[in-house]
Order: sequence, then C-alpha cells, then structure tokens
Amino acid sequence: MTLPLFFFYLFSAIAIVSAVMVISGRNPVHAVLFLILAFFNASGLFMLAGAEFLALLLIVVYVGAVAVLFLFVVMMLDVDFASMRQGFLQYAPVGVIVGIVLLLELLLLAGSFVISPEAAGGAALPIDGTVDNMRAIGQVLYTRYVFLFQGAAAVLLVAMIGAIVLTLKHKANVKRQNPVDQVARRASETLEVVKVKSGQGL
Amino acid sequence: MDFILSALDYLLGIPVLGWGVQVGLVYKTLLLLVGLLIFTAFILLADRKVWAAVQMRRGPNVVGPFGLLQSFADLLKFALKEAVIPGGADKVLFLLAPLITATLALAGWAVIPVDAGLAIANVNLGILYLLAISSLGVYGVIIGGWASNSKYPFLGSLRSAAQMVSYEVSIGLVIITVLLCVGSLNLSDIVVAQQEMGLAYMLGVPWLSFLNWFWLPLFPMFIVFYISALAETNRPPFDLVEGESELVAGFMTEYSATPYLLFMLGEYISILLMCAMTTVLFLGGWASPIDLPPFTWIPGLVWFFIKVSLVFFMFAMAKAIVPRYRYDQLMRIGWKLFLPLSLAMVIIVAFVLQLTGWGWHGGMA
Repeated sequence: MTLPLFFFYLFSAIAIVSAVMVISGRNPVHAVLFLILAFFNASGLFMLAGAEFLALLLIVVYVGAVAVLFLFVVMMLDVDFASMRQGFLQYAPVGVIVGIVLLLELLLLAGSFVISPEAAGGAALPIDGTVDNMRAIGQVLYTRYVFLFQGAAAVLLVAMIGAIVLTLKHKANVKRQNPVDQVARRASETLEVVKVKSGQGL
Repeated sequence: MDFILSALDYLLGIPVLGWGVQVGLVYKTLLLLVGLLIFTAFILLADRKVWAAVQMRRGPNVVGPFGLLQSFADLLKFALKEAVIPGGADKVLFLLAPLITATLALAGWAVIPVDAGLAIANVNLGILYLLAISSLGVYGVIIGGWASNSKYPFLGSLRSAAQMVSYEVSIGLVIITVLLCVGSLNLSDIVVAQQEMGLAYMLGVPWLSFLNWFWLPLFPMFIVFYISALAETNRPPFDLVEGESELVAGFMTEYSATPYLLFMLGEYISILLMCAMTTVLFLGGWASPIDLPPFTWIPGLVWFFIKVSLVFFMFAMAKAIVPRYRYDQLMRIGWKLFLPLSLAMVIIVAFVLQLTGWGWHGGMA
C-alpha cells in the first residue's frame, strides 16, 4: 500500500460517512456542516488525482461561498424536522428510483473503462501532462470553448439580475440615504450659531 | 509498511543523527509555530500600546519592563480560568469553533515564504491556497455564534457571514491583478518577480528596489486590498461582528477562558497572515528596500517581519483613529465601490500587459 492509496481510502471513507450523516442527521445545521466535510474530502480526492487547481477552487467556491450562504439560510430558518419526516415514506420511492439511475450510470461509466481501456484515449481533449492543470484548463476554456464559457457567464448574469429585480423594492414613502450628500455636507451649510441672551427665548 | 516508514521520514526525519534523509516537517512546523506565537504575543502588546499612545494613555505597563510580558500574563490568566459553556449551547460545535479559527489561521502560514526558499510548503498554487484558507475563516465565527444559542452572538455571526463573503470578492480580484503581472500563483515567484522587473529598472536606478514592488504600479489595488483585509479580518473600523456598542461582544459573547483565547489568537494570527499577504503581494516579500550593502546585509527573514510589522502598524492606526462603519455603508463600499473598481482594474491591467508586453515572464511553464 502506498501513501496516496492510504489517503484515497481515508478521504473516500470520510466523504461517504459524512454524506450519510448529511441525510440522516436530525439537526439541519449539523447536516450542512457534514456537507462541508464531504466537500473537503472531495477536494482531497481531486488533489490526489493531480487536479490541485480544481481541488482549491472547490474549497474557495463551494465551501467558502456557497456553503456559507447555505448555512446562513439554514440557521435563519427554524426547520422542524419532525414534520418533514412525515412525508418521508411518500417520497421514498422517487428517491430510490433516482438513486438507482445514478448508480447505474456510474457503473456504466466505470464499466466501460474496465471493458475497453482504450476508451480513455478517445476523450475529446487528451490530457497534456507538460503544463500544470490551471494553465491547461485556461488554454482550453478561453480558446476552444470560449463561446460556451461566455454563454454560461451570461446565463449567470441574467439569473443574478433576475434575483435582484425580484427582490428589490423601491417604496415611495421610505427615506433613502445618499452617502455622497452626507460626506459633502459642511457644518456651515447646516449649522447656525445663535447667541441667546439669558432670560430670553428665541 | 513501506509507506509508513516514508511518511515517518517525511514528518520526523533528522539527517544529522543519521536517521532519515530529510529534515522532518514536524520540526520546521514547530519552529514556525513557536516563532509565530511569540511574534503574535508582542504584536498584541504593540497593538494595545499604539492604541494607548493615540489616546494619550500609557497602555499595559505593569507586567515586566514596559509591560513587555503582558501578553504572557494574559495567556496564563486565560489558560487557568474555568471555561464556561452555556446550558443551551451545542457543546461540540461551541468548542469546535475557536479551534477552527485558530487552526485555519495557523494553516495559512504554511505557504508564506518568509525568506528566499524558506517556506514550509512552496506550492505552485500558494496564493489560491491562501484564498481558500481565508475564505474558510468565516466558519469559526458563524459556528461560534450559532452554537452559543444566544441572541447577540447569533446576530454577530449573521453579520460576519455577509461581511466576509462580500470582501472576499474584492480580495480575489485584487489578487488576480497581481497574478496577471506575475504569471504564476507561486508566492515565491511573486516576490522574485518584484525583484526582477519594475519601475526602478525603467528609470535606470535598479538599486532603488522599493520602486519595483507592486505597491506603486498597482497603487489603487494596494489601498483596496488593505481596506478589504481590514474588513476580512473583522478589524476596526469594520468590527461590526463584535461591535460592543450594539452586540455586547458579538460572536464571542458567551466565550471564556481557553476557547476565548483561541478565538483571540486565531484573530490576531489571521491579521498577521493578511499583513504577510500584503507584504508578499505588494511590498516585495523578503527583499530589502534598497539594494545596497548596509541594507542587503540584513537577512531577508528580518526584512519580511519588519514589513509585516509595518503593515500591522497601519492596521493598528486604523483601529485607533477611524470610527466604526455603519453596516449598510460597509456593504455599500464592498459591493458598489470596491467590486467595480477592482473589476475595472483587472481589465485595465490585462489590456496594458497585453499591449505593452510588460509583466514577468520568468515563471512561464
């Protein structure tokens, strides 16, 4: 047994256990934290496969940003798990079917590599071992797939603008602050120093 | 069994005594950790002294000469006190949160090159690793706030979640501008690039190497990075996470003794990590500011920590003289000011590099 193999089994085992904990845990916050642990181990597996750029990106994007917002929402919601469990048996068959389909697909994919090892050579883009994988991804993403890449970016931008449009409300009777005006304000424009003699009002 | 032996050699090898083939990782790490903790103890004192000096107080001055041992006295106090855990708290997460904060802050230092070739791990994606580590720092705060099962800590952790995620964006974009100039994600390469090209060479005075560093050509980004670093580490004027006038002590309200100590330690070490990142990205890392004999005799390690201390001094002064920001204003400068500015700078820098052919090409694979 070599060191990478040892770590492969370690990361896989923890990833699987934490994935099970995500769906079996009682507390939703704990579930999200186990999800984060699963992300971490997936990132470790990427690292072992030599895809260190993807590994770190997984942590920055999913753990550092997506899961934080996820945790944020889950902490705010007062999820009552007892009521959610009631519908469990009702939805279980659908879940089982989806699970079986996913498992079959994975088996087909892995099986095709075992049956015909030359299938790996037929990939659309053979792996170039001479450059590091960040450069390799960049060279493919910004040349060959640049339109798809830009298209994905446009979809995300539209989704972002859509979310803002749906949630932003300009109420007419709410006073809004303009920080530029606030900073530009001078004492001479707003303050008036008045000398008041004692015993007299203004 | 072979892999256990090789792993043991990697971790604990001592070539001098004839056992193993390389200096074990554990010794290097211990050396860095102890050095860093002692440095942090004095930086903490310096922070309080600077703050006191601005307010015309004397600051800590009782323990040891000039109060130099104050931090060690505090350490003893925190370590010997009883750790109180609130009754309704989630015990495991409550104790895990400070551990996460402290461990992550220390883990970031693994890739920082404190001198030429002197980093625990000289990895090629060093800067991405640092970004990943600093983006994880928010978990200690969120988990701590939630696990306390108390109102003020929870409000503090909600604030921090939004704040730290927002400022990560601009920090990421600032880092990208630097990376465009260097063409490598290796932290040592970034420092070397600042020694081998830049304004001093263009002006024909290569010995004025502080003109070479990225703080000058990327000056707006230097400022954006400095302010974002303040916000990312929850330093004043952006310490809304623990704003004592509103939230008692924010996410740390329920913490006491050693868990509190770990939170404070993690906070200060991640501040130092940000200072070190500023030094590496903009202030030439371990390079001496003037490339002439009296300055070059000083080892790079010393220059590095002098620069880190200098950046920290700016952090401390910001704490002392700037009033706390309002939360909506904080979000406003994050998203409406820094994000467009740093995005525009990424585009401008990319165009300038492409059109003029400037930039460092030594690290191209």
